[in-house]
Amino acid sequence: MNDLITLTIDGCSVAVAPGATLLQAAREAGIEIPVICYHEATTSNGLCRTCVVEVEGWRVLAAACVTQAAANMVVHTQSERVLRSRRTILEMLNSAVDLSEAPAIQQMMQDNGADPQRFPGASKRKFELLDDNPMYVRDYAKCVLCWRCVQVCAEDAQYTYALSFEGRGFQSMIATFFDLPLPATTCVFCGQCVGVCPTNALKPRREWLLEQGKTPEEIIALTPRQGRRKRN
Amino acid sequence: MSKLDLPLLQRQLQPYQSEGRTALLPALQAVQEIYGYIPEDAAKEIGRALGVPLADIYGVIEFYSLFYPQPVGSTVVHICTDIACALHGGEQMLEDACRRFGIQEGETSADGFFTIQRSPCLGLCEHAPAALVGQSAVGQIDRYPLEQLLAGEIPRPQGVFGGTQRRLTANCGKGRPASLTEYLASGGYAGLRRALSLTPAAVIAEIKESGLVGRGGAAFPTGLKWEGAAQAPGEPKYVVCNADESEPGTFKDRGLMEEDPHRTLEGMIIAGYAIGASKGYIYVRGEYPHAYAALSHAVSEAQAAGFLGKNILGSGFDCEIELRRGAGAYICGEETALFESIEGKRGFPRLKPPFPTTHGLFGKPTVINNVETLCNVPLILANGAAAYRQIGTEKSPGSKLFCLSGDVKSPGIYEALFGISLRTLLYDLAGGMRTESPLQAVLIGGAAGAFATPAQLDVEMSFEALKSAGLPLGSGVILALDQTRDLRRVMLNLAHFFAHESCGKCYPCQIGTQRQLEILERLADAKPLQGDPERLADVGWTMSDASLCGLGQTAATAVLSAMRIWPELFGASQ
Ligand SMILES: Cc1cc2nc3c(=O)[nH]c(=O)nc-3n(C[C@H](O)[C@H](O)[C@H](O)COP(=O)(O)O)c2cc1C
Ligand code: SF4
Ligand code: FES
Repeated sequence: MNDLITLTIDGCSVAVAPGATLLQAAREAGIEIPVICYHEATTSNGLCRTCVVEVEGWRVLAAACVTQAAANMVVHTQSERVLRSRRTILEMLNSAVDLSEAPAIQQMMQDNGADPQRFPGASKRKFELLDDNPMYVRDYAKCVLCWRCVQVCAEDAQYTYALSFEGRGFQSMIATFFDLPLPATTCVFCGQCVGVCPTNALKPRREWLLEQGKTPEEIIALTPRQGRRKRN
Repeated sequence: MSKLDLPLLQRQLQPYQSEGRTALLPALQAVQEIYGYIPEDAAKEIGRALGVPLADIYGVIEFYSLFYPQPVGSTVVHICTDIACALHGGEQMLEDACRRFGIQEGETSADGFFTIQRSPCLGLCEHAPAALVGQSAVGQIDRYPLEQLLAGEIPRPQGVFGGTQRRLTANCGKGRPASLTEYLASGGYAGLRRALSLTPAAVIAEIKESGLVGRGGAAFPTGLKWEGAAQAPGEPKYVVCNADESEPGTFKDRGLMEEDPHRTLEGMIIAGYAIGASKGYIYVRGEYPHAYAALSHAVSEAQAAGFLGKNILGSGFDCEIELRRGAGAYICGEETALFESIEGKRGFPRLKPPFPTTHGLFGKPTVINNVETLCNVPLILANGAAAYRQIGTEKSPGSKLFCLSGDVKSPGIYEALFGISLRTLLYDLAGGMRTESPLQAVLIGGAAGAFATPAQLDVEMSFEALKSAGLPLGSGVILALDQTRDLRRVMLNLAHFFAHESCGKCYPCQIGTQRQLEILERLADAKPLQGDPERLADVGWTMSDASLCGLGQTAATAVLSAMRIWPELFGASQ
C-alpha cells in the first residue's frame, strides 16, 4: 500500500491515495467542484474547464478533473481567479448553446452567479434537428461538445466509431463521415451516446415525438428523414 | 460525382498501407493531389487501406484548412489577410480577386479554374501583401496586375536577410538553398563530426553548458530537454523538428529552411545521437512548399554523402529523417498537437503532464525543437560551448533571428546578438519607419505577443530583459505600427486569427476566441455595447487562465496589454 498524499484544499488538510485527481481529493474533503464534461464512465479530457482551481505557485489555473494531487499542494476552489473563469465560461457556454434542457448546468450558473444575458448579440451555434433514424434524434444546437458520445462510441465503450467532429474552434460540431445519416454509418444503435449526453442534444426519438404531442400510433407511422445535415 | 478509378487509387495508396494511421495526412495529401479535393469514395478507400475508422477520416479532413471535402478550382489562391499583409492592403487584394470572378471568398470561379481563399499568415510578411498561388509563394502582389498573379507569373520572393551577425544565416541570402558542397565549405557537418567523437552524454553536457534556450516561443533550456528524453525509459525515441512556423509575423524558419536546409538537418542528427533516437521527423507547415522542397533535396544529399542513414560517418549511429507536411492549422505548431497530426489525427493538443520528453510522438520519449533552435546546435558542437557563451547576454547566449515587418522601411530577417536594443533593430537595421508617420506601437512576439510603446524602444532584446519589461520574445516578431494605424483594427485582425485557429477542444478558447472577436468588431466599428470593456477583460482573463493549451492562454495577451497601455481605446460608447 502506497503512502497517502497530503494536500490542502480551501484550508482543509486532505489525504488521498497517489494518482487521485484534485476533483477526487476535493470530494474526499466534502468540497464540490462543478463539472460539465467529466463523467465517471468516460476518459477525462479537461475540456469544459468549469472545474478549474487555483494551485499556489502555478502560472495558470488547473482543471481539477485531470490534475493529480501532489504532496503539499495548496489548492483554492473559490478564489477570485477561479470564480471569474468559472462564471465567464458558464456565461459564454450559455451564449453559444441552447441549454434549455440542461437543468444541471442552469443550476450551476445560478450557483456561480453567472448572468444568462452576459453576452448580448453573441452568435449562437444553430443547427436543424436531425431525425434520420428510428431510435434517436440529434439536436446539435444543444450540444456542449463534452465529447462523451464520441468517446463511448469509440474506445470508452463500444468500438463502433460512428462519430467524430467537423469544423474547428467555435465552428466545431459532432459529425458522422461526410455527415451521412446514422443508418448509413457504422452506428449499431446501442444507445450509449444518448445515455451519456448531459443536455438532451441526443434524445430517444419516441420521447421527442411524444413531446411534440404525437400519439404512439402516429409515432410508429412516422419514418425518419434520411438527408444529410445542413448547417443553419 | 464521377466514378473514381478505384483500382488505380488502390495502387496509389499501396505505399501507405503498411504504415497505418500515421500515414493518414500523407495519404489524404496524395489523394488531393490526384483529384484536387478529397472525394467521399476516395476517403473510404483510404480508410480501408490504412485501417482508420471513416468518421475519424472525416474528422481529420475537417480539421485542416488545406483539405477540401468538396471540389475546388484547379488553382487555389490563398490571399493573406493577417496582420503584416493587412497593413499593406491584403483585404483589398482579396476583395479585388473575388470581384474579378464575381464570387465570395472561399468560392470557385465559374470556369472552375480558381478558388479564392482568405488565408492566415503565410510567413511571407517581409513581402506583404503576399499570397500562395497553388504551390507558389508570391509577394508584393499589389505591384502586379491580378492576371499576372493568377497566372503564377510573379517571381518567387527572395528571403531578405540582414543584421549585425551572420552566424545562423551565414549561408543565407542567395535566393536559393545552399548546396551540400556550399554547406561543407562553410564548415558544415563539422559539428556532427565532433559530436560523434564524443559520448551522447558529453554532447548533452555541451548543449547544457552553452545555455541554449528554445527559439520556438516557450524559451525552454534545450540541454535539459535533451537530458530528459535521453534518460526517459522507452524505445524507440524520436527527434522532431517543429517547422510549422505559423505565428503571424514570423518567417525566420522559412528563411533558414529555404536557404540553408542542411543546418537544420545537422542539428537534428546531433540531437538524435545525443538522446539515442534513430528516427527524426520534420513537420513543415503545408504553406511552405519551397522550404519542403529544399529540405527534401537536402535529405537526399545528406543520405548520399553518409550524413544520414546507416552507420553515419563510421560511428555506428543510424539516423533517418522523414518529412511531413502540415495541412493548414496553426495549432499543429503546439508540440503535442503536432504529434497528434503526425499520428494521423485531428490536431488537438494533449493534456500536460505527461511531457514530450517522456511521452511524446507515438507515446515515446521525444525531443521536439524549433528550426532555429536546431540551427544553433552545429555551431555549439563545432566551436564549443565556451565560445558560444561569449556572445549574447549571460542568460541569453548566442544570436537571434528577428522578424521585422509592418511599417518599417526594410522588412526582413535580421540576425543580431541577444542584448541588442529594439531601437537599433527598428531604426538601424530595418531602416526606420516606412513613411513620415512616426512609430505608434510595436507588436512583439507575434499575435500571441504584446504591444510595446515608443517609450520602451531602449529595451534590451534578451529573454531576461524582456521578461522584466513584461514583454514576450515569442518567436522573434517585431511588427512596427505607425501613427496612421487604428490599433482597434489591429486587435480585431489578431482576434480573427485566433477565432479561426482555435482547435475547439476546450471551452474557454473555443467560445472565448469567438466572443473576443465579436466584441472587438463592435469596438473597431465604434459601436460598443454597455459593458464591453469588462466583458472583453473577463473573456481575455478567462482564456489566459483557464485554457488547456498555449493557444488559448495567449489569445488575449495582446488585447490585455493594449487595455493596460491605452485604456482610452476601449472607452465607453459615444
Ligand atoms: C499555439 C502554439 C503554436 C506554436 N507554434 C510553434 C511553431 O510554429 N514553431 C515552433 O517551433 N514552436 C511552436 N510552438 C511552441 C512549441 O509548442 C514548442 O514549445 C517548441 O516547438 C519547442 O521547441 P524549442 O524548445 O526549440 O523552442 C507553439 C506553441 C503553441 C502553444
Ligand atoms: S486553448 Fe484553444 S487551441 Fe488550445 S486546446 Fe483549448 S481550444 Fe484548443
Ligand atoms: S470537468 Fe474538468 S474540464 Fe470539464
